[in-house]
Amino acid sequence: MQLVYFAAIREALGKDGEVRVLPPHIATIAMLLDHLTAEHPDYARAFADRTKLRFAVDQVMAKIEAPLAGVQELAIFPPVTGG
Amino acid sequence: MISVAVQTAPFDVGAELALLNAAGVGAVTSFTGIVRSDDGVSAIELEHFPGMTEASLRQLCVIAVERWSLSGCTIIHRVGRMEVGDPIVLVATASAHRASAIDACSFLIDRLKTDAPFWKKEYRGDTAQWVQPKQSDDARAEQWG
Repeated sequence: MQLVYFAAIREALGKDGEVRVLPPHIATIAMLLDHLTAEHPDYARAFADRTKLRFAVDQVMAKIEAPLAGVQELAIFPPVTGG
Repeated sequence: MISVAVQTAPFDVGAELALLNAAGVGAVTSFTGIVRSDDGVSAIELEHFPGMTEASLRQLCVIAVERWSLSGCTIIHRVGRMEVGDPIVLVATASAHRASAIDACSFLIDRLKTDAPFWKKEYRGDTAQWVQPKQSDDARAEQWG
């Protein structure tokens, strides 16, 4: 799965994306966040306040409970502030 | 006629409105967002999600054209670095009557602020800070249902 990061999340992680092969037990976005948070403190910091995270699954906005089966691309970013 | 663009270059409001001002249109409304000098802000930088941004803007236009029977709908949003006084975004609508053009324009900018994947960073001298979303923006977007 392609992960992409934007804005403050991109800066906190020091990269704009990465390719990940997910372990089979990672079924939802929330579970992926748990998995990455346990892996490295950078992820723990970037994902600490989950109320300030937004997600897009294959470029469509998704909730944190969204399933990841069959997903090509998951984007993780802060609330949007355009206009 | 729907026209959506995400670009670094400035835009010409007059030229864009002229494109919407086709024969038979009774009303054209536009909103231009401009970089404010809030609390010493000297410049801003806009980041976006290529592909998803254009699709989300186009989707908002499709909804507005249907809901208010628009004959034209234009959104141009700039990305990259902009200085105080520079235009950021143009939303323009054309319709037979003023109420629908005005309401649709208001809907589009309100929903753009909560739906389209843009992120704004403010520069004050040497310090940079990501802009935090405002609850009042969420409330304005939600009022459109």
